[in-house]
Amino acid sequence: MKVVVCVKQIPDPALPGELDPTTNYLKRDDKLILDESDSYGVEMALQLVEAAGGGEVSLVSMAANGEVSGLRTALAMGAEDAVLVSDDALAGSDALGTARVLGAAISRMSPDLVLAGVESSDGYTGTVPEMIAGVLEMPSITFAKKIEVDGTTVKVQRQTEAGYDDVECQTPALVSVTAGVVEPRYPSFKGIMAAKKKPVEELDLAALGVDAAAVGQSGARQETVRVTEAEERQAGEVIEDEGDAHDKIVEFLGELKVV
Amino acid sequence: MSVETILVFGEGDEGSPSGLTLELLAAARGLATNVEVFVAGDGAAMAAELGAHGATKVHTTGSLDGKLMGVHAAAALQAHLETSSPDAVFFGQTPDGRDTAARLAVRIDQPVVTNNVGASIEDGTLVVEEPVFGGTQNVFTAFRNDGPALAMFRPKSFEAEATGGAEAEVVAVDAIDPGPAGSASVTGRHVEERSGPQLDDAEVVVSGGRGLGQPEAFEMVDELAGLLDAASGASRAIVDAGWVPYSKQVGQTGKVVKPNVYVACGISGATQHLVGMKGSKHIIAINKDPEAPIFGVADLGIVGDVHKVIPALIEALKSR
Repeated sequence: MKVVVCVKQIPDPALPGELDPTTNYLKRDDKLILDESDSYGVEMALQLVEAAGGGEVSLVSMAANGEVSGLRTALAMGAEDAVLVSDDALAGSDALGTARVLGAAISRMSPDLVLAGVESSDGYTGTVPEMIAGVLEMPSITFAKKIEVDGTTVKVQRQTEAGYDDVECQTPALVSVTAGVVEPRYPSFKGIMAAKKKPVEELDLAALGVDAAAVGQSGARQETVRVTEAEERQAGEVIEDEGDAHDKIVEFLGELKVV
Repeated sequence: MSVETILVFGEGDEGSPSGLTLELLAAARGLATNVEVFVAGDGAAMAAELGAHGATKVHTTGSLDGKLMGVHAAAALQAHLETSSPDAVFFGQTPDGRDTAARLAVRIDQPVVTNNVGASIEDGTLVVEEPVFGGTQNVFTAFRNDGPALAMFRPKSFEAEATGGAEAEVVAVDAIDPGPAGSASVTGRHVEERSGPQLDDAEVVVSGGRGLGQPEAFEMVDELAGLLDAASGASRAIVDAGWVPYSKQVGQTGKVVKPNVYVACGISGATQHLVGMKGSKHIIAINKDPEAPIFGVADLGIVGDVHKVIPALIEALKSR
């Protein structure tokens, strides 16, 4: 079984984010890391291949500056190889442009299954996986909390507002994986060393046959007209509990007529 | 300034439109002279309520026979857009809303702008507002495409309001066979047992986070919620850790809540969480770390041990 996992390399979410004042793009100057949301897809892929008794997990990613450090993390977890699409023309791409690029890259890899996180931690549009399935004209199941592959049938427990649905479709298919549903493995020292030698194929738009006008800022066909500072919520009273803080809470709830 | 027609992608179940659908109708009414709804399912059953909220027409595919919605809804919507040309299509930020908008975007090659909380018409163009960096800044985006503006909105961004309009005219839409891409089928539904007030519309929400220390400690969050006639919620950290189901998650990837009172127990206040609750009218936070970001938004902050404060609070409420 061949599984391709879409992974995004993002600025460390622990650091404060910033928009470039000229372009209004998210600044990506520092080292990028593997989006934690995608580590669940990588783990799920590794488990599915193990359960199938063999196969291969490949990665696909898009980054404007040839960045590979996040990919190395996923390779160290156990993925075999990676494809990285890198091209200056990609700056400012929206979800649809991103999906067209990743879709073109994935179609060269002929996977049985494509996995992705439900949404990235920096852009969180939650639409790229389903758009990729649209580009590839594949069936798709989003918000998966459990995946089972039985021959050519993919069976998924799909999270809903009220609980979950059992959903199934035939391979090749795309499934987006909810964060937290598996425990991503820590790369071993051996894995980290091996990852340094694993192949990362770098492609540009020409190699993929994607029209540069369909991606990047021109392809996005939208414009940031302004960015404003949100009104800050004012912090109220903060007190140290000295054994009677509960009285203070009851009093406050009383003022609000909740009790 | 307004545009002519906005189409709202309507969702709901058992014949009732969702709250989010009604919110989108209110938003669309403020921007367009005519508002219509598209339902991938039984729209006829919703026609009266949709009409009462200002929709003139409901375009409906009828039952999808157990197929997963997105691909089928997008195919039918594409066919509908070939004969009708709304200025914009509004989607709710829901699993099916996202699937449908994403598939439609590819089919008609038009961009989708997601995660919005506001909309306006500027120079005849739709401009949408998206909070970024945990809601500290707002990005306003204008559509520059030559097709309908596809915009997706977060729940509770607008107030639903009935206009007392007549039942919406029901227009049947042909289902379109999307081929193998539409093969995903729903074979079973599992609804978690839910009792008491629901997170979405509870007046009071009591949420727990990693600071509870262990899964069993969530029981006291539930007990406190019970005493306050509140719904219980959770941070992503303890949902990811498997302590409580996803349906309780408050935050960017979970539910957006705006109760009268929000009580955060052992929640540090990661951006991901703040986005889902900082619209609450009043916020009470209990956390042992005085530097926790949650105190930056709390009206009443208690620096203390949740294992001492909550049991004492429960006792105090019981003895009243």
